[in-house]
Amino acid sequence: MAVGESQLESGTDTVADEDDVEARVGWRYTVARIKQDTTARWGLYIVAAVLSIAVYAVVDSNLSLLTFGLLSDFTFARLLPIFDHPTYIPPPGEGTQHMPPYFPLAEQSWNPLPAGGTLEHPLGTDHTGRDYFTRIVYGTQVSVFVGLVSTFIGLAGGTVIGAVAGYYGGRVDDVLMRLVETVYAIPPLILIIVFTVFIGGANIWYAVIGVGVAFIPVFARIIRSRVLSVREMDYIEAARAAGVRDRNIIMRHVVPNSFAPVLVYATLQIGVTILIVAGLSFLGYGAQPPTPDWGQMLNISHGYMHSNVWLSIWPGLAIMITIMGFNLFGDGLQDALDPRIDD
Amino acid sequence: MSSEPLLRVENLKTQFFTEAGTVRAVDGISFEVYEGEIVGLVGESGAGKSVASMSLLRLVERPGEIVAGEVTYKGETLFGLEDGPNGDLRKRDEMLSNEEIRTRIRGNEIAVIFQDPMESLNPVFTVGGQLREFIELNRGLSEDEARREAIDMLREVGIPDPEQRYEEYPHQFSGGMRQRVLIAMALACEPSLIIADEPTTALDVTVEGQILDLVDDLQKKYGTSFIWVTHDLGVVAEICDRVNVMYLGEIVEQAPVDELFYDTKHPYTQALLESMPRPDRTVADLEPIEGVMPEAINPPSGCRFHPRCPDARAVCKRVHPEPKVVADADGEPHRAACVKHDVFDVGYDESPPLEGAVDGEGSRRTDEPQSELAANPAGDEPGGDGGE
Repeated sequence: MAVGESQLESGTDTVADEDDVEARVGWRYTVARIKQDTTARWGLYIVAAVLSIAVYAVVDSNLSLLTFGLLSDFTFARLLPIFDHPTYIPPPGEGTQHMPPYFPLAEQSWNPLPAGGTLEHPLGTDHTGRDYFTRIVYGTQVSVFVGLVSTFIGLAGGTVIGAVAGYYGGRVDDVLMRLVETVYAIPPLILIIVFTVFIGGANIWYAVIGVGVAFIPVFARIIRSRVLSVREMDYIEAARAAGVRDRNIIMRHVVPNSFAPVLVYATLQIGVTILIVAGLSFLGYGAQPPTPDWGQMLNISHGYMHSNVWLSIWPGLAIMITIMGFNLFGDGLQDALDPRIDD
Repeated sequence: MSSEPLLRVENLKTQFFTEAGTVRAVDGISFEVYEGEIVGLVGESGAGKSVASMSLLRLVERPGEIVAGEVTYKGETLFGLEDGPNGDLRKRDEMLSNEEIRTRIRGNEIAVIFQDPMESLNPVFTVGGQLREFIELNRGLSEDEARREAIDMLREVGIPDPEQRYEEYPHQFSGGMRQRVLIAMALACEPSLIIADEPTTALDVTVEGQILDLVDDLQKKYGTSFIWVTHDLGVVAEICDRVNVMYLGEIVEQAPVDELFYDTKHPYTQALLESMPRPDRTVADLEPIEGVMPEAINPPSGCRFHPRCPDARAVCKRVHPEPKVVADADGEPHRAACVKHDVFDVGYDESPPLEGAVDGEGSRRTDEPQSELAANPAGDEPGGDGGE
């Protein structure tokens, strides 16, 4: 961690005083703190690894990771293949012999019974003979996409609502927060299921939007509570006295100064949404077959628990590691962003 | 001094409608600011100084509201009410709209320097960035021009190495340096009037001296007028041309600075002067003002200062004095709101003194809930003026 240490040192050199609480802020300081903290560092590694796998899975839509190697067939044309199910394009020079086991969306039965790990299929194949490792890798992008997008929906919606409610106060605050609390009063899973059914059936998009909307209240409440204290700061008054319009005050002064706790919460929330969408998929309201989503894989595999327990363990493990990564990272970020915690 | 004032405030009233009742934070004050002068607004914490200055820019927030009065700036009506057709007060047509106030007046014509330099800069952006953005917004310059202008302004207010400091964050600046930045920001759009709301209260004395010198120099150079809100009569003596002394939402004395100090006409001003620590007097010699300032929610009858006034007589309990001209200082009026002066002619001399008024009122008030600010008679607690 030579880079991190040198960054930290240069950070504390330029930043006035070791005892000065306010000196312990800033982007570079935060990064240095995360790199120092073992737990946060591991969280960062896991998140980085999961993200890389997801990006790789997006880039290489055939996902023939083992047989075709990294450089086989990069297809950017179908960047998010979870929405349309691509037809299989065989890599140059290859026949279609690899199609069923390695093409993650294949539907025909190749090998009626799940097989154990072999050299060709390190995690075995599923009930239709599809390579399980490929499907796990492919599922990463679904989970990461779901986690990021639905958290972003909650974060963006919550930030706007919370900041406006907190900044204006009074009746605006009352109306917005009562509205938000109405949503908050309904258990999220019920809300999402009702939402997806109401909108038009099971679909990963509806699940993602539903989860995002369901978590708007949490973000709105967090940011509002921060805004309530930030808006009393003199620099807000100064900005108003300088003739800055309300929109700019909220965007430039209120939100940036209220954002740190929300950012931490969002990082933790990514893990939670992944878990919830996996749960939805398990219940059949999320990703639909043949999309290899971890939750949906669990749904199918639970029928084979007695014959091959590993089919349930691998996606579960993938979910666990991913969520753990985001949680560790979020915890580390929280400590790093809090200037009062000194270690 | 020209005949037409830059800013004229007439009978301004700002009230806060709280659940406990109406707080009359500013209760009918009138004063003028002429071009190129520094006008002091002095008083204890809670006297309504800050609320008064914020009212000028219509920056009073709910539950506060300006309920009466007229504020005229360069012939434009910043605030004004008139009688409507069905007897209620309504806003006058020539009163500037919120949008006009925001775009034309705030920042461009009237700028504000706030009390706490530690809190008045946004901690997440660089100092230069904030200054540049402010100049860009208000003067319509391009980013590069605004940046050059910002660096020039930083140099102007005495920040060493401005190109480098431009890139630094507020927490890397000391209190004095931050206050210089805020002064630069206030001056950046060359406003005609700057409202300085206790700008040196949070600074230590040596830095305060430097800032006062800086303001003095810049004021001479740019000819900007100032409204200097403070509780520190030392600062007033140093830089102000004319002074308004406020007590419980009212102006009790109004005079050119020398007059105020050498020919004090109001017992409250006198009491303030006597409670001021000076090198030639020990703490035991200080004469603090007895009692605490009452809440503006339920002010005393008659003269509002009478429960604490050493000169109070029976008549003071009944008669509420408006400021009147009690003396003339080289053609400038010296106003005071105290019935002991002959112009009031309400029988002060014949009226019996209030027996034990100070003690009685003082002890009675101690068992009422008081704000922590009011507990400090000399009023050197910064912050929280008025009934916010």
